[in-house]
Amino acid sequence: MSLQSLDIIRRSATTTPSPQARGAHAGEVAKLIDVSKCIGCKACQVACMEWNDLRDEVGSCTGSYTNPPDLSSESWTLMRFAEYENPDSGNLEWLIRKDGCMHCADPGCLKACPSPGAIVQYANGIVDFHEENCIGCGYCITGCPFNVPRISKKDSKAYKCTLCSDRVAVGLEPACVKTCPTGAIVFGSKDDMKQHAAERIEDLKSRGFEHAGLYDPAGVGGTHVMYVLHHADKPELYSDLPANPTISAAVGVWKGIAKPLGLLAMAATAAFGFLHYLRRGPSEVDKADEEAARRELENTP
Amino acid sequence: MTNHWVDIKNADLVLIMGGNAAEAHPCGFKWVTEAKAHNKAKLIVVDPRFNRSAAVADIYAPIRVGTDIVFLGGLINDLLTSDRIQHEYVLNYTDMSFIVKDEFEFKDGLYSGYNKDTRKYDKSSWDYVLGDDGFVKTDPTLKHPRCVYNLLKEHYARYTIDMVERVCGTPKDKIRLIWDMIASTATKDRAMTILYALGWTQHSIGSQNVRSGAMVQLLLGNIGIAGGGMNALRGHSNIQGLTDIGLMSNLLPGYLTLPNEAEQDYQAYLGTRTQKPLRPNQMSYWQNYPKFHVSLMKSWWGDAAKAENNWCFDYLPKLDKPYDMLQAYELMHQGKMNGYLCQGFNPLASAPNKGKLIDAFSKLKFMVHMDPLSTETMEFWKNYGALNDVDTANIKTEVFRLPVTCFAEENGAVVNSARWLQWHWKGANGPGETRSDIEIMAELFHRIKALYEKEGGTWWDPVRDLAWKYSNPKLPTAEELAMEYSGKALTELRDPKDATKVLRKAGEQVAGFAELRDDGSTACGCWIFSGAWGPTGNLMARRDNSDPTGIGNTIGWAWAWPANRRVLYNRASCDPSGKPFDPTRKLIAWNGAAWGGADIPDFKADENPAGGMGPFIMNPEGVARFFARGNMAEGPFPEHYEPFDTPLSDNPLSPGQPLTLNNPAARVFKDDLAQIGKPDEFPHVATTYRLTEHFHFWTKHGELNAITQPEQFVEIGAALADELGIANGSRVKVTSKRGHIEAVAMVTKRIKALKVDGKTVHQVGIPIHWGFVGAAKPGYLANTLTNAIGDGNSQTPESKCILVKVEKA
Amino acid sequence: MTDLSRRDFLKVTGVTLVGSSLAALGFSPTPALAEVRQFKLARATETRNTCTYCSVACGILLYSLGDGAKNAQPNIFHIEGDPDHPVNRGTLCPKGAGLLDIVHSKTRLLHPEYRAPGSDQWQRLSWDDALDRIAKLMKADRDANFVQKTADGKTVNRWLTTGMLAASASSNETAVLTQKVVRSLGMLAFDNQARV
Repeated sequence: MSLQSLDIIRRSATTTPSPQARGAHAGEVAKLIDVSKCIGCKACQVACMEWNDLRDEVGSCTGSYTNPPDLSSESWTLMRFAEYENPDSGNLEWLIRKDGCMHCADPGCLKACPSPGAIVQYANGIVDFHEENCIGCGYCITGCPFNVPRISKKDSKAYKCTLCSDRVAVGLEPACVKTCPTGAIVFGSKDDMKQHAAERIEDLKSRGFEHAGLYDPAGVGGTHVMYVLHHADKPELYSDLPANPTISAAVGVWKGIAKPLGLLAMAATAAFGFLHYLRRGPSEVDKADEEAARRELENTP
Repeated sequence: MTNHWVDIKNADLVLIMGGNAAEAHPCGFKWVTEAKAHNKAKLIVVDPRFNRSAAVADIYAPIRVGTDIVFLGGLINDLLTSDRIQHEYVLNYTDMSFIVKDEFEFKDGLYSGYNKDTRKYDKSSWDYVLGDDGFVKTDPTLKHPRCVYNLLKEHYARYTIDMVERVCGTPKDKIRLIWDMIASTATKDRAMTILYALGWTQHSIGSQNVRSGAMVQLLLGNIGIAGGGMNALRGHSNIQGLTDIGLMSNLLPGYLTLPNEAEQDYQAYLGTRTQKPLRPNQMSYWQNYPKFHVSLMKSWWGDAAKAENNWCFDYLPKLDKPYDMLQAYELMHQGKMNGYLCQGFNPLASAPNKGKLIDAFSKLKFMVHMDPLSTETMEFWKNYGALNDVDTANIKTEVFRLPVTCFAEENGAVVNSARWLQWHWKGANGPGETRSDIEIMAELFHRIKALYEKEGGTWWDPVRDLAWKYSNPKLPTAEELAMEYSGKALTELRDPKDATKVLRKAGEQVAGFAELRDDGSTACGCWIFSGAWGPTGNLMARRDNSDPTGIGNTIGWAWAWPANRRVLYNRASCDPSGKPFDPTRKLIAWNGAAWGGADIPDFKADENPAGGMGPFIMNPEGVARFFARGNMAEGPFPEHYEPFDTPLSDNPLSPGQPLTLNNPAARVFKDDLAQIGKPDEFPHVATTYRLTEHFHFWTKHGELNAITQPEQFVEIGAALADELGIANGSRVKVTSKRGHIEAVAMVTKRIKALKVDGKTVHQVGIPIHWGFVGAAKPGYLANTLTNAIGDGNSQTPESKCILVKVEKA
Repeated sequence: MTDLSRRDFLKVTGVTLVGSSLAALGFSPTPALAEVRQFKLARATETRNTCTYCSVACGILLYSLGDGAKNAQPNIFHIEGDPDHPVNRGTLCPKGAGLLDIVHSKTRLLHPEYRAPGSDQWQRLSWDDALDRIAKLMKADRDANFVQKTADGKTVNRWLTTGMLAASASSNETAVLTQKVVRSLGMLAFDNQARV
């Protein structure tokens, strides 16, 4: 499964269409995370860092098994631990969710990204960041309904899970998938993963989890990372997994209504922003920018 | 493990108790998730904490640390009184029908023969009644009041479900549910596996915890079958191998044993170990002890070992008592030892009571470390502030540390928990000036020998005569040493039944222990490994992972001891006539002429079932023992005794008997006794354990693992935290009678207060992985808190039960 | 639009739109090249080994620099699970997945070192010095304290004043040699990690 620039179907901030003739005829890929099989061992976190040559900081214990405390430019995946006392069964449940990029079919990060080619989507469904092209503005974060990308303190560029595009490109599974001791993370074609999920859901229902189900949210066009949840009716139990993620209305404003109406006005703003970028270099948006944004929004029809 | 990792997938029910397989053995635990996903298996976790095994369990029940025998004794009682046992199995494959001596009795928590001054038993009454034919008398109707079945029933009658709830703190409804699930596997078509580890062994009654589990499995007919077994999940990558090769005070390779000093006579030494059958037509495999022993002595002392000198019997040191780790530290503490060598071992971190250890090590003249990594022990003399506040200038111990290559930089074999010997290959040279352990031991030996040759000295014949026929004497290869432990013919071996037939040429590797002889014609460094490197080469390096029947045995992958058998006691998977109890999980069967199937028979391959030979071929009875005879220190049936650090003042199972509050047969040194904690001063019950992100005290040297679990913490239930006003993430001080540590408080719903004997008991979790060297945040050694009292049989320290006081730091 | 969150506000700021607005106005550079990272194991040497931690004994693959040519010094730069291994089938737990950082740990010992009585530091010494001095210390202690016979005349041939711990992560071959050497010296205070 080669993945090169010719396999890219979408590019951020690029109006010229990507080549479309080739397609993923064996099906798009997907990673399925069966939360009910996950023991929270963090092998996925270690394998991810090891394969991708990343080392996050040796941090502190904050009173939780979630370590490091959040996703970062060096931690592209993270086990989040939640203790839940199930009012129906009276049992304690330790709900452990592997957080990371969902590889949305309709990626909000890509749509929000202003830098050409910094975010791309491959025909097989992988959404990848290319840090050489990243200007560090952080809008991928704002565009992401799952709050996944992080800006590096070292180079002010955005990073997130690549779904191990370099491994998948040569026909291997992602590092986290391969390492997962209990088989909680599996990988294959999206159709096969849905089939596998259906079997797991049946098993969970037989064990009393009547609301077991698949998490493949339609609001982002479905995802290439899906979850099997014991409580699919309450995804927020799993460390605030959004129940109905959608690309923010604001991205829609820009891509849809605002663009034709305000292109010229925005060009002026853009020119200001470009100068701002040249002057200050890539950075996260500070309070002044935010205030400017508020004013901008209020002026938007 | 009686069974093996992949075999767990064949289970219908998995009981994890006294261990935490998901965290400590995640890749082995995968086969639990496979059993659940593809065999509709259920998982039960019984543990003081709701841990990561519990996170994926079907049912979890809390238990107070140190009370497993009560829970399991209650289960034994329940199975017997409700008659939910595998009758055919129990009657034919266990000692239930055996008659026990009239003098044997149990009263007020003690068995017959106790001497309270020596804290030891005279075990002569703990035995069967023998008939005139020399065999044990039995009553197959199980009516005889002195048969094991009735004694067992009587013994556990006190272990009622109310008693279990009262002592263990486990809610009764959970107990009932779990016991019923377990009882469901008494049928021939259902199997339960038990997975345990140091959660059962690190107690003053640890060995008896394990026996209790094994007794449950025998009642249910779950030993020897696919998906069953008693599966000790061992710790280190080659702890099984080191135990097999006998690197312990009293052992020789292959579970042969060193002589006691009373055993001055070689034939007497062999005699007590060469056990004759106790029932007709039983194999009693230890009858072959002399063959294995003589072959070992030939391997060690070569031509010097002769029949005339009893094969160098006197070259072996003789014991007056066991010199296990706890005994060694006691002697050091008393100033009776001078030197100590640590080969890849960090006892200051791993062994109990750090304060005692610092004192002990400070009294040594010299200490030598061989290790790939820096360890706390090699820097015990260095002041690390509060973490190791020692008076460096006054510690006169000379310390050497030698850099050693690691696993990735050598060839060799390690033995896993499933007894598989797997060969591995070197991927790179070691860094810097590192050398292998083999090279260091060879060099040290040569230098000591050269000194003796030059200067003479105390009697050194065993050093002079030690066989050392390696092509490079200063650097034996792994291959040469593997061939040495697998064994070879020293002279031509002829068939005893047909002297014209040559079985092995002189110098040829033997194919297995059946070829070993007691006349000096074979040499074998470890009889149970015999055949690992046979006449056809290195079987440990095999990589055929095919599994023709789908049962998961992969008998062409590597090599398992003994004789490549994958499931021990697999004869017991068949009924007495040789048909599998459950044809859907067939391991072996009798085909009219031989035994065979998906596994290598753990039995005499051509033994007709009609002869009545039992499946437990190592026991002189031929069957499994509920009644341990004299093999255990504290009694033939497991009995509950409280941990030495106990929150109770009376043992509810033998009330009003101060002598039986704790294990009356445990060895306790005077200084350790003075360091027992009492609940008025130390009101909380703590237990130590591992986390999945770390391996003991090694992974803190690796950045990746340090990142995922960076800083020392202790787990405290929300109720206790509320009571003490401790906020999640704040720092707490945990103090035991032996010392204190400070760490981050992790306040959790996963540890609940228990109601025990009418009072509330709070349990506290102490992960062990931090210390003062490495990549993770520096922390205290958790073993500052533990005490140095050991199990009555194995001297495993009671690190799982500590009384502590938790307070804000 | 008034209920948009903070993050949503950002999306419609001019700053956000720099790239695409400039592109829309014709300032865009040619589409930047974007390809996946090159696969890093392509011709690395693969060596089969066993994880050094627990007793599951997972099969692992060591990937080292160089193709085995005589002039290349192998350096392990990646470790992952062996998919052929019947137990782990390619998986590794967080400990096994992090093995690389143990092989290359900053706290690995690289030279023989010595701490003198009362000293607060290590000093380097040569292998020859180290081994000679240790051998002399051991022999001197053995000579002084070896017990051939008990007071009542029993032959015991034991040396109790020096003890040893063997490593449960060392190979069978190391163990066999260690056992043999230790017992030939008559040592009894000998143990391993079986209980801890």
